[in-house]
Amino acid sequence: MFAAFLQYLFSGLTSGAIYALAGLGFAIIYNASHVINFAQGEFIMIGGMATATMVAAGVPIYLAIPLAMAASMLVGVAMEKFAIEPARNADVVTIIIITIGASIFMRGAAQLIWDKEFHSLPAFSGETPIAVMGATLMPQSLWVFGISAVAIALLWYFFNRTMFGKAMLGTSHNRLAAQLVGVAVKRVLLASFALSALLGAVGGIVVTPITFTNYEAGIMLGLKGFSAAVLGGLGNGTGAIIGGLIVGIAEAMASGYLSSAYKDAIAFIIILFVLFFMPSGLFGKRGTDRV
Amino acid sequence: MNLKTARTGGLAALAIVITLAPLGFSNSYFYDVGVNAMFNAILCVGLNLLIGYAGQISLGHAGFFALGAYGSGILTERYGVPAIGALVLSASVVGILAFVVARPILKLKGHYLAMATLGIGIIIHIVLKTEAGITGGPDGMSLGNFKMLGFTIKGDQMWYWVTGVLLVLAVWLSLNLIESPVGRALRAVHGSEVGAEVVGVDTSSYKVLVFVVSAVFASVVGSLFAHKNGFITPDISSFFHSVELVTMVVLGGMASIYGALIGAVILTLLPQVLAAVEQYEAMILGAIMMGTMIFMPKGLLPSLLASLKRREAGK
Repeated sequence: MFAAFLQYLFSGLTSGAIYALAGLGFAIIYNASHVINFAQGEFIMIGGMATATMVAAGVPIYLAIPLAMAASMLVGVAMEKFAIEPARNADVVTIIIITIGASIFMRGAAQLIWDKEFHSLPAFSGETPIAVMGATLMPQSLWVFGISAVAIALLWYFFNRTMFGKAMLGTSHNRLAAQLVGVAVKRVLLASFALSALLGAVGGIVVTPITFTNYEAGIMLGLKGFSAAVLGGLGNGTGAIIGGLIVGIAEAMASGYLSSAYKDAIAFIIILFVLFFMPSGLFGKRGTDRV
Repeated sequence: MNLKTARTGGLAALAIVITLAPLGFSNSYFYDVGVNAMFNAILCVGLNLLIGYAGQISLGHAGFFALGAYGSGILTERYGVPAIGALVLSASVVGILAFVVARPILKLKGHYLAMATLGIGIIIHIVLKTEAGITGGPDGMSLGNFKMLGFTIKGDQMWYWVTGVLLVLAVWLSLNLIESPVGRALRAVHGSEVGAEVVGVDTSSYKVLVFVVSAVFASVVGSLFAHKNGFITPDISSFFHSVELVTMVVLGGMASIYGALIGAVILTLLPQVLAAVEQYEAMILGAIMMGTMIFMPKGLLPSLLASLKRREAGK
């Protein structure tokens, strides 16, 4: 009884950690530019696919990982430069369509560069399951928790203790004021895309040994990351992390106790519920629309 | 009838194009593509009322389309309901569903609205895929010809003429809606919702109305598509299909009925032309979406008309 619950909890926390990283990616870009990046899931996909194919081709994993992270960041920066910046003053619907276009473009490119097959990576430290009170925990799940925690801690440090991080936070509060005190807003926007692409890639790399990846893997991960971000309150980093964990755990519990077929629907049912009854999410500012 | 007004002139031109196009058709494949283009055109004219005129995005429209298709499939095949009855019943159910979800959904704006409509579309997709006992699951289901009053619509050619008439009808209906007080109210909502409220427009009722109308359009086309194809799978309700529909609308031109129609035709024909470079299809679609929004955010037709007007003014 309890063992089964624990088992679901472990699997929920593992996927929840990835949704949290994706949700954080959404939050960073949203804060810097008020853009919701529908291509966030593609960063996750690129991270996983690039690492998996490089490792399969014989590149040592400690080299493949930084290369894949760099590749994702490059894609993120290119996306900001060529797709988002030229449409800076466009309205929300326009930007949504641009980012969806970018995600379809990246998926198409991934299909060409790699293929349509599923790829995997060997687990980082063996596959011997760890027994915990009757449930089992895969060592790779520990990697997922550990690396997500480290990434979140580094982000916190970056935003609260470094000059550039503070400049990014400042831009999110008031772009004009930030500009007035000498923040290079354009660089901040580029950095926000690079950073969220990096976060996505990290998530994609650590989760690939567990879930496999293919060119389409980013769609669901991205959408669930978005659910996490909205659940936590768009633009709230802590909220995105908690939102991610809630979505992951709810999904695992639903698939364990209700029906695994409807596992993927859970995130969207949660999100509809949240949007209808508390549109600003769990930790969002109570929004007032300006006229 | 005054052919000089944009409304009747455009309708007449549309009817002429539909009538004359078959002169260039050398086999039934052309009719088939033509029917699909017109199906999409009807769908997009409806979707454009919502996106273009009322300014409310829907990323779940393929869900309503699929509900119409599956409603017809299930009612005709499993319960022996006549095709036209199944079509009307499905459209009514979709209309009611749209009405029920419209109010909470349309309170949302921008990203939140996109997310909510996307969520509804994906939930419909998952239900259609999972409830194999009713829908046939991922394998899909087949259904028979469209029979009405002892008359059977079958063959690409007959479908072409039926769809052509329906397209003209759909455009006529939409034009009337847009020119009516309802249409003016909708445009006011798009311009400034608060402003519209201030001058006494009941904005939420109009938004609900247009949401229901566009969902019913989608459902009817879904029913017809199901009969024409004879086979449906849950793929027709996928997120990708919804995105495709939105792309058609924005490519052709938001807030332009003929623009949406042209967008639908272009994007239906594109894969036929691109068959040789099939593996680039997704990249090209993505590039079109980004390119249109960056370089002509108003879409093809409105941008074209604007540049013509500028040229004329320059003379």
